[in-house]
Amino acid sequence: MVSKRKKKYESGEGNRYVSRKTALKMLQLSLKDFRKLCILKGIYPREPRNRKRAQKGATGIKTLYHLKDIQFLLHEPIIWKLRDYKIFAKKMGKARALRDFETIKRTLENRPHLTLDHIVKERYPSFIDALRDLDDCLTLLFMFSTFPSLQHVPRDQSALCRRLTIEFLHAVIASQTLRKVFVSIKGYYFQAEIKGQTVTWIVPHQFCFVPQSTLEVDFRVMSTFVQFYCVMLGFVNFRLYHLLNLHYPPKFAVSSADATEKTLVDEEAFVSERVAALNVPLFCTGRDTTAEEEVEIDQFPMIEDPTKLEEIKQEAEKVKKHKTLFKGLKFFLNREVPREPVVFTIRCFGGEVSWDKLLFVGATFDESDESITHQIVDRPSLGKQYISRYYVQPQWIFDSVNARELQPVEKYFLGAVLPPHLSPFIDKTREQYVPPEERALEDPSLAEMNPEKEETEEESETDEVEKKNESENEGEMLRNEEEREDGNESEIHEKDKVREQKKKRMSVSMGVVAREDPAEKKRQERQEYKLREKMIKKKHRNLYRSMMKGRAERGKEAWLLQKKRRLHDEQEKAKHKAEKKEKRMKAAADT
Amino acid sequence: MAAVGTGKKRKFIVSGRNEYVPDASEELVDTRHAYQDEYFLTSITNDDDSSDEDDEELDESGKNDDDGDDEVVFEDDDGEESGSEDSGASSLGDEITGDADYDSGSDYSEYGSEETEHEEEGEVEEEEEEEEEAEERKNDESSKGIKVSDKSEEKESAQSKPLFKLKQTTSSKINKSSTKLSSTILRNGNKKNVMNELAQADENRTIQQADDEYKSDTSDEEDIRNTVGNIPMNWYDDYKHLGYDWDGKKVMKPLKEDELDSFLKRMEDPNFWRTVRDPQTGQDVVLSDADVDIIQRLQAQKIPDANFDDAAPWVEWFTSEVMQTPIVRVPDHKRSFLPSRIEARKVAKMVHAIKMGWMKPQEEKKKSYEPKFFMLWQTDEGVEHMRRIQNHIPAPKRHLPGHAESYNPPPEYLFDKRELKEWNKLRTTPWKRKLHFIPQKYNSLRAVPAYDRFVNERFQRCLDLYLCPRARKMRLTIQPEDLLPQLPNPKDLQPFPTVMSMVYEGHTDMVRSITVESKGQYMVSGSDDLTVKVWEISTGRCLRTIPVGGVVRSVSWCPNQALALIAVAADRKVLLVNPGVGDHLVCSKTDVLLEEAPEQDVVVSERVKTAVQWEQASEDVWKNGIRVIINHFKEVKQVAWHGRGDYFATVMPEGQNRSVIIHQLSKRRSQVPFSKSKGLVQCVLFHPIRPFFFVATQKHVRVYDLAKQELVKKLHSNSKWISSIAIHPGGDNLLVGTYDRKMLWFDLDLSTKPYQTLRLHGTAVRGVAYHKQYPLFASGSDDRSLIICHGMVYNDLLQNPLIVPLKRLSNHEPYNDFGIFDVIFHPTQPWVFSSGADKTIRLYT
Repeated sequence: MVSKRKKKYESGEGNRYVSRKTALKMLQLSLKDFRKLCILKGIYPREPRNRKRAQKGATGIKTLYHLKDIQFLLHEPIIWKLRDYKIFAKKMGKARALRDFETIKRTLENRPHLTLDHIVKERYPSFIDALRDLDDCLTLLFMFSTFPSLQHVPRDQSALCRRLTIEFLHAVIASQTLRKVFVSIKGYYFQAEIKGQTVTWIVPHQFCFVPQSTLEVDFRVMSTFVQFYCVMLGFVNFRLYHLLNLHYPPKFAVSSADATEKTLVDEEAFVSERVAALNVPLFCTGRDTTAEEEVEIDQFPMIEDPTKLEEIKQEAEKVKKHKTLFKGLKFFLNREVPREPVVFTIRCFGGEVSWDKLLFVGATFDESDESITHQIVDRPSLGKQYISRYYVQPQWIFDSVNARELQPVEKYFLGAVLPPHLSPFIDKTREQYVPPEERALEDPSLAEMNPEKEETEEESETDEVEKKNESENEGEMLRNEEEREDGNESEIHEKDKVREQKKKRMSVSMGVVAREDPAEKKRQERQEYKLREKMIKKKHRNLYRSMMKGRAERGKEAWLLQKKRRLHDEQEKAKHKAEKKEKRMKAAADT
Repeated sequence: MAAVGTGKKRKFIVSGRNEYVPDASEELVDTRHAYQDEYFLTSITNDDDSSDEDDEELDESGKNDDDGDDEVVFEDDDGEESGSEDSGASSLGDEITGDADYDSGSDYSEYGSEETEHEEEGEVEEEEEEEEEAEERKNDESSKGIKVSDKSEEKESAQSKPLFKLKQTTSSKINKSSTKLSSTILRNGNKKNVMNELAQADENRTIQQADDEYKSDTSDEEDIRNTVGNIPMNWYDDYKHLGYDWDGKKVMKPLKEDELDSFLKRMEDPNFWRTVRDPQTGQDVVLSDADVDIIQRLQAQKIPDANFDDAAPWVEWFTSEVMQTPIVRVPDHKRSFLPSRIEARKVAKMVHAIKMGWMKPQEEKKKSYEPKFFMLWQTDEGVEHMRRIQNHIPAPKRHLPGHAESYNPPPEYLFDKRELKEWNKLRTTPWKRKLHFIPQKYNSLRAVPAYDRFVNERFQRCLDLYLCPRARKMRLTIQPEDLLPQLPNPKDLQPFPTVMSMVYEGHTDMVRSITVESKGQYMVSGSDDLTVKVWEISTGRCLRTIPVGGVVRSVSWCPNQALALIAVAADRKVLLVNPGVGDHLVCSKTDVLLEEAPEQDVVVSERVKTAVQWEQASEDVWKNGIRVIINHFKEVKQVAWHGRGDYFATVMPEGQNRSVIIHQLSKRRSQVPFSKSKGLVQCVLFHPIRPFFFVATQKHVRVYDLAKQELVKKLHSNSKWISSIAIHPGGDNLLVGTYDRKMLWFDLDLSTKPYQTLRLHGTAVRGVAYHKQYPLFASGSDDRSLIICHGMVYNDLLQNPLIVPLKRLSNHEPYNDFGIFDVIFHPTQPWVFSSGADKTIRLYT
């Protein structure tokens, strides 16, 4: 019996991957359609363990897909839709060329339409999976919601993005799951914790759309992504609303007074605008969920470490407090404040907020309302001011949220120079350099120290001179003592000699304490360490080297930051001093 | 449509002529009829037969009386017209110069009426003809005034009856071409009238000229006198004539005026500026005031007719009202009033389709494009089983921003000039940048602009998501310290030498080799200054200096404690020296032993004889302690004693197959153990216990069994050049130092490959040594450092030796890139000696 000869690459890694070209052949699709399909289905190339084997011995780098992924694509019904679309495009082209408007109209009406519902289910088998992958989705949709109608981005797509993102914001407000906010130069980073998953998204600053050259950005690709993400976010919203007992296409509990007064021209537009205001609680179906959360959770000593349990408890308490950070506070936004992110943040933490009626719909109270506690102002000065409220800059809100407690308003007053806005996303265990502001946040005593220092600077200046004098005095004293000792020693030596000369008797001399030079000790240790370093196995040597290099670089960076900060602080101090001096001089001149 | 066109045209022409009509009409009003109204349109039919036409038209007009509602035109067949028959082709020049007297008003108003009569196409042509003829007639008139008068009298009767013509404007399609609604004006045939006209000739001339102009800009048959037709006149450029007249005679070009003539004309003729040459006839034409006016108006882009009222009320010639009697007599088709059965069937089908829900209204369809959302996941965690992507690797999340990205970062995160420069420098390789953006500080939130790379970054992320190959990578969570081997703390491995305690100075050149007495009291060093010095270890005193007359490359103390003997390799000699230190008894005994050479009972082979000769020291060198001299045929590099102290081996790297020679002291005999050269021998060593002999060539160490006389092992060093070897007192471990910075620890029981390679030194290792008692070994190298290591060899064969580097001692001074040459341990104490290129020997304790 002759066994069949085994050929190369018929099994194992060589059989597991297919190149893109092969995939196209298998699927009978054009590259454009294949890419679209990959985007929609979430298929991506794989990095094989052994590239040469995976490419069946071919050199160079090929884009490799899992054979099973491609086989999976083969069964996808939307492939047929893509083919239909090709036919549709041909028909349209022909009709257009013939100026056959009747056909154009008819074909347009019957154009193929992709339904992606099943793909969402397939890509995200559970709701948690969908939440986990929500970051890119939200960021992209928030960006698209600001887009004008472009060549490959139809108007209704960006409108849908706008609708869905607003709905999502409402869900976050209702569930009070926002945890961190960060204003970066790129946009507003929001981090929410939904069902135990941290979802971070970026809302760009206003007017983020810049016309892009086609070489750099292909809007078609992004539009395809958005097409899928829209469907996905829609389903996520639906479930979120359902979990919060809210009516899904958002509805208001009570139609507002305006609505009854005016005859509504377009109710849909009216509602969507109200929804966009983010300021009105949505219509609840069923019981209020907040009450449910209040229920005390029984504790079972599952975790053995009592300190850990305590920590967890404290954390839970903190989060609970955090959720109602702005409860009872009433905010009024000046017109220059970016409305949407600020309103969203305030509402997430239980605050009441309003703005100028002319600015946007949905304002609930006027500026003249005496019960307003904080007015958010982002301009250097303001004409009419009420005594009953604080005028603070918007950073106060974000900093308070990140610090999980209301920050002192003094630093954020109208026209004040703002303290630095710190990122709440820093991993404190990894970062080597911690700016002093952050340290102060953690340890309030440091913060108190700093201003005092500034105040006492002048005093210290005068003190310094005295101290110097003192130290000089001390130095002199020491020297004297030393001299005295030296003298003593010489005397002793002479005596010894005499004694030795006289009689060589056994004696016990005073031992001298051998002090260990710390620098020397350090040097020794370093030397030892270096010798040990040389004993690293060859296998690990490169890894060790690269790790040490990285560590050194990080250290250098931290050192650089520290140095820069020190220089900056010194400069500031000098400036401060000079200013004070000038003032004093002026005062003297005046008198 | 044609009718509308004509109507319009007529209107236009009427007003166009208004300018000069009045002056004629004034007279006419006086002399002729009172019929004239505002639209004073006169027409002169061309020929005599025009009257016939008129008759016909009369009929027609009568027929169409009902519809023709607007214009009343008078037609008068002028007697003068008949004269036109006679008129030949008269030159235009005549017209201009000749004092033509005729009723211009009547003459030119003709056009308007004429035009109405014609079909669009034919109209103009006919008009032209008529004009032409009329003109000619008039010209004749002027010349043959009497004749004209006669004729006019004749025709008076016919003309006297005014013809009322109601023009039909709703054009009848059928006989359009034949319809000629000519309007005539009654003209007086009186001479008186004619005379009157003659008197007005001057004024009228302008009109005539206007007529000419009119001719020239209308189509085909403009100038009747030239029959060439409407052709480019430049075809006649080369000829003397311009064309042909009615008789087929050539129309000659007028004589060309020379400059003088034209100048004179310009000077004299007041009308020169309005004189134009007619290309058709080659004649000069003087433009009338009216023409000039029209030209000016045209230039100003106004309507040429000054009197034209463009805001005049619209006259609707064609009403939307249905005529009572249709123009077409064909009865309507039956299908125009009976419902169609086919259509009914189609409608019924549609109705049925709508009822069955097959057909849907438009709006419903459109709405279906909006995505509809429903509860896709019933539970949070529940996973429905379905086909999915194979072994899904979720995309990694984006890094979260640090302080530097803040809109108001702490000041230290902002770039200074150097960082900014560096950032800009990496424009072509942006991935090497530390940050992908430049940190910015804004004083207020209001001032923060949109990030211009935002869209781009999102796009890049999208590309990453669908184009970037994914693989699971294990992330290291270890610290670099975890990679360090777990070694005991050096402090626990004491004692070992830690500090330099003694420097032996005295040599004047590099000290290449040192050796220590087996009791550990004295030390001997050999140097490049051609001497060997004997030192007392404890005091550092140089006891003796023995000049040996050659560069000392190696010194070695005889391990036999009963002898006080040192083997010194100086150039080509190996000297056996009695240092004369230590126990006197031993010294003297050694002297006695070496005083006389034992008898040689064996015949020494030629091969050995040529390589080595033993020689008894002469008297003068005996004083220095030299007892025996062994002359070699090549430079000796190393001397190594056997553990018993009877045999010793010498190495001559250049000696080829006789590079290693083993000498027996007691018999003063030498033998060459190898018949074949295995490479450049670097050094040799005797096994401390077993009869093994180690020979280190450049890359390998060969182990020979001396008893069996065979190769036992060949150790591969994996290095380029071995410098020195040392053997552990246990005899199972070998240490090899190489010039390529490595130290190799061979475990002879394990394999022929090094058990451990130590790269402790930065440069070539020149000397290695084991301690006899303590688990220590040391190495000295060109980087002036002496490294002490702990090298514990366990009795348990399963346990591998433990090697811990302990201490690095670098006290030697540099000298010509050399550092330490030789290293040796004290036999009993944990002390180590090193000899260096800086002419010193140092002791570390």
